[in-house]
Amino acid sequence: MSTTVPVQVTVNGQARNVQVEPRQLLVHLLRDQLGLTGTHVGCDTSNCGACTVHVDGQSCKSCTVLAVQVDGAEITTIEGLGQEGNLHPLQEAFWNNHGLQCGYCTPGMIMAAADLLQRNPDPSEDEVRHGLEGNLCRCTGYHNIVKSVLDAAGKLNVTQVGA
Amino acid sequence: MIPAAFDYTVPGSLDEAIDALRDGGEDAKLLAGGHSLVPLMKLRLAAPTLLVDLRRVPGLHGIERQNGSWRIGAMTRHAELQDRHDDLGVVAHAAAGIADQQVRNRGTIGGSLAHGDSASDLPTILLTLEGTVTAMGPDGAREIAAADLFQDYLTTSLDPLEIITEVRMPAMDGWGHGYQKFTRRAEDWAMVGVAAVVRKNDDGTVAEARIGLTNMGSTPLRATAAEEALVGQPLTAEAIAAAAGHAADGTNPPADRNASEDYKRHLACVLTGRALREAAGLA
Repeated sequence: MSTTVPVQVTVNGQARNVQVEPRQLLVHLLRDQLGLTGTHVGCDTSNCGACTVHVDGQSCKSCTVLAVQVDGAEITTIEGLGQEGNLHPLQEAFWNNHGLQCGYCTPGMIMAAADLLQRNPDPSEDEVRHGLEGNLCRCTGYHNIVKSVLDAAGKLNVTQVGA
Repeated sequence: MIPAAFDYTVPGSLDEAIDALRDGGEDAKLLAGGHSLVPLMKLRLAAPTLLVDLRRVPGLHGIERQNGSWRIGAMTRHAELQDRHDDLGVVAHAAAGIADQQVRNRGTIGGSLAHGDSASDLPTILLTLEGTVTAMGPDGAREIAAADLFQDYLTTSLDPLEIITEVRMPAMDGWGHGYQKFTRRAEDWAMVGVAAVVRKNDDGTVAEARIGLTNMGSTPLRATAAEEALVGQPLTAEAIAAAAGHAADGTNPPADRNASEDYKRHLACVLTGRALREAAGLA
């Protein structure tokens, strides 16, 4: 049982061919096989959202997805959202608004927030709080996280209007 | 936490999927979005020997209006239901409150219904709207009414070789609707949830009311005493309060670590009042 199977994925724009055991979770494929350790394992029970990545443009908890399920899909992790020197507006906003304390939840928060802003580009504070229900911050730094997302929403909207 | 080892196959058609289930024996399981099954596998509460992944089977997607009902492909994700609020009414309303966005982006309606968890929202919605599922098996397709689908805790009337292909939800044009649930944390399963749909006569009195209960028994339930109490009444706050007091009549909700039996009964009444007020536009 459980010989490895081939999986083809595009991760942060790069095509990757890997062999995985069917029981391999997506988060372990990303972290252990592809070395993308920006995606964190927090609770490992699909509660905390630290492992949030995008599959075909939509957020998911990569600790609750089997790697075999994303065969043929496009994955974006925090490393693919922006790079040092060319940060995504959400990454900039978390930096500028002190949207992180220990930083453990931050990659998941930002990936969840990116999905939220895709679904709702101009959210109210209440909508941001509800939109991030699937992400926990053990530092309880929610106030500045919400502030960061609202700040990024404003900047993204300005960019889109100007584009 | 890593699931126990299993074999994996991705059939390209329903026939192949049914064959794979048959060949896999009693411990073969279907995989849709995996958001009920994979957590159980990680906890080793489920250890299937074979997963038959439905993601390449054609025809299991899409949301279309067909006569008086909505045909929803079994692999339709909760997020797709959530986004069709104007069309799907209480179905979209309940879907929008399932867990969190990440889970809604992966979980499917067929998977949720086949899992048959009475603490989940969509089984209650199917029962309340008196919808059906279509299941394909080795001998062809059959339609199963919601009331016949949910048999017991995590147990449905689906045959082990049957696959839900589509869900039919009556469109409920002109009905008011509400769904209310109470959770300890935003993304939790309902401690108790209540769906209410109401149709009024021209004179404003209630022609028909349907009230469904989440997590008040081993299957989703209808609050028939509260439904009956409302018929013929004007849809006022007073009439709603009187009917809501009967929401828990005849139920034996299982106590769990979140709520005692009495507390769940209390919640059922409170939430029925809220769901009915929402359905009546009084919320």
